[in-house]
Amino acid sequence: MGGLAPPPPVEQRAPGRWQVGTVTRIKRETPRVKSFRIDLPIWIPHLPGQHYDVRLTAEDGYQAQRSYSIASSPLDEGGIELTIDLLEDGEVSPHFHDVVVEGDRVEVRGPLTSYFVWHGESPALLLGGGSGVVPLMAMLRHRRRTMPELPMRLVYSVRAGEAVIYADELGDDAILTFTREPPSGWSGHTGRIDAALVAEAGVEPGIAFVCGSNGFVEAASQLALEAGFDPEQVRTERFGPTG
Amino acid sequence: MGNGFVSRGFQRRRRPPDELADRLPPGQYVEPGFPVLTAGPTPHIDADAWGFRIDGMVGQEREWTWDEFQALPFETVPCDIHCVTKWSKLSTNFGGVSVDTLLEGVEPRGDFAVQYSYGGYTTNVPLADITGGKAWVVTEHEGEPLPRTHGGPARMLVPHLYFWKSAKWVAGLRIMDDDEPGFWEQRGYHNYGDPWKEQRYWGD
Repeated sequence: MGGLAPPPPVEQRAPGRWQVGTVTRIKRETPRVKSFRIDLPIWIPHLPGQHYDVRLTAEDGYQAQRSYSIASSPLDEGGIELTIDLLEDGEVSPHFHDVVVEGDRVEVRGPLTSYFVWHGESPALLLGGGSGVVPLMAMLRHRRRTMPELPMRLVYSVRAGEAVIYADELGDDAILTFTREPPSGWSGHTGRIDAALVAEAGVEPGIAFVCGSNGFVEAASQLALEAGFDPEQVRTERFGPTG
Repeated sequence: MGNGFVSRGFQRRRRPPDELADRLPPGQYVEPGFPVLTAGPTPHIDADAWGFRIDGMVGQEREWTWDEFQALPFETVPCDIHCVTKWSKLSTNFGGVSVDTLLEGVEPRGDFAVQYSYGGYTTNVPLADITGGKAWVVTEHEGEPLPRTHGGPARMLVPHLYFWKSAKWVAGLRIMDDDEPGFWEQRGYHNYGDPWKEQRYWGD
C-alpha cells in the first residue's frame, strides 16, 4: 500500500478503573438507536473494536452494568462515542434512551478486551448485521482518517430503511442490503447477506470482522470461510442480550 | 459501589425473585435464554472425530474416543452459570463426566491446567478448581445433546468461575507446573475469574 505507515501501536494494558464521564452530545441514529459522545477525565486511546462497560447506580445502591462497543475512532481524543440500541425490556438501554440528556454524568470503564480489534491489518472485510455495525464503524472511521487507501469494505445487513445506523456516513466503502423493507426507490441489494454480496465487496482474504445477532454471525462467518478467509482470521462478536 | 455516584433518574427495572437473589453475583442479571458468545466461527466437530486427552505434567497420559467417553460414569449437574458479559443463567442442567473420574490414574504432577479446544481456544485454571467435584466434561444440556454453538459435542463445565473458563469444543486438559494465561486471559480478561469477587478484567 504505497508505503503507508501503520497506525501508531497502542499498547495493550489493563483497563482504566470506573470513572465518571459527561455526555456532551446525543445523536438519534434511528428510531431505536442513539449515539452518545461521552467526555472522559481519564481518556485512554482504544483500538477500534474495543468496548466500554457502563454502570448505572440507583439511589438505593442498586447497580446494573452492560457492555457497549465504541463507535468512534481513537483519533477523537478525550472521549468516546457509544451507540446504544434500545431494548424495551432492558434495564440500561431504556435509561440511556429515555432519561439521559446532554450534560448528564455517566459511570464507565474501559477500553476493554483485545481480540475483536483492528490493528491496521488488511485487506479487511467487515460484515455487520443491525447494530452489529457499531464496532465495525469504529474501524471504518479510523481507516478513513489514517489509511484511506487501505482495502477495507463493510457489508451491512439492515432490516429496514429506517434502521440504518450512520446512514449519512456510509460511502463507497460500504454495501447495504435490506432484509425486510428497503427504502422506497431502493435499487440496491435486498435479502440476507450471501456469497455474491461477499464477492462483490471485493476484499481478498485477509482479516474479517463479523458482528451481529447469533444467527447473522453464524451465517456470515461461514460465508467468509467459504470466500477463503482463514478461520483464525475470522473474528466474531455476537450480541449477548444487552439490555 | 462505594464512590457514592448515583445515575440521575435511574431506577431498577428488573428484580430477580427473592429466592434467587442470593444466587446472583454482583453486576449480573438473570437471563432466561442461553446466549452464544464465541470469538470466531463455530467449528464443526463430529462426535466420531472427537476425542479427549489429558497430557502434560502427568504420570500417565490418557485419551478417550467418543465411544469410550460414553462408557464413563455419567452425572447430571444442576448449576448456575455466570457469563462475564453480565448475564447469569440459573438452575440449568448439564450432563457429562466429572474431571475427577477422568483424572483417575493420571497422577497429575502440576498445580495448573490448561483446557484446550478444537479451533485453538485455551483457558487456564488451577487444578484445585477442576477437582473435588467442581468440573465436568459435558455432552448434554437439559437432557439433549449439547448444541454445536454451545460447544457440542463436548465442553468443559466449571460453573463456579465465569463461563469463559468453561472451554467449548474441548479437546483436552494439559497439566502444567506453571500458570499460563489462556486465550482471553491474554486479551484482557481476569486470570482467575471468580464471579462473586467480580474478577472480570485484568487488575480486578
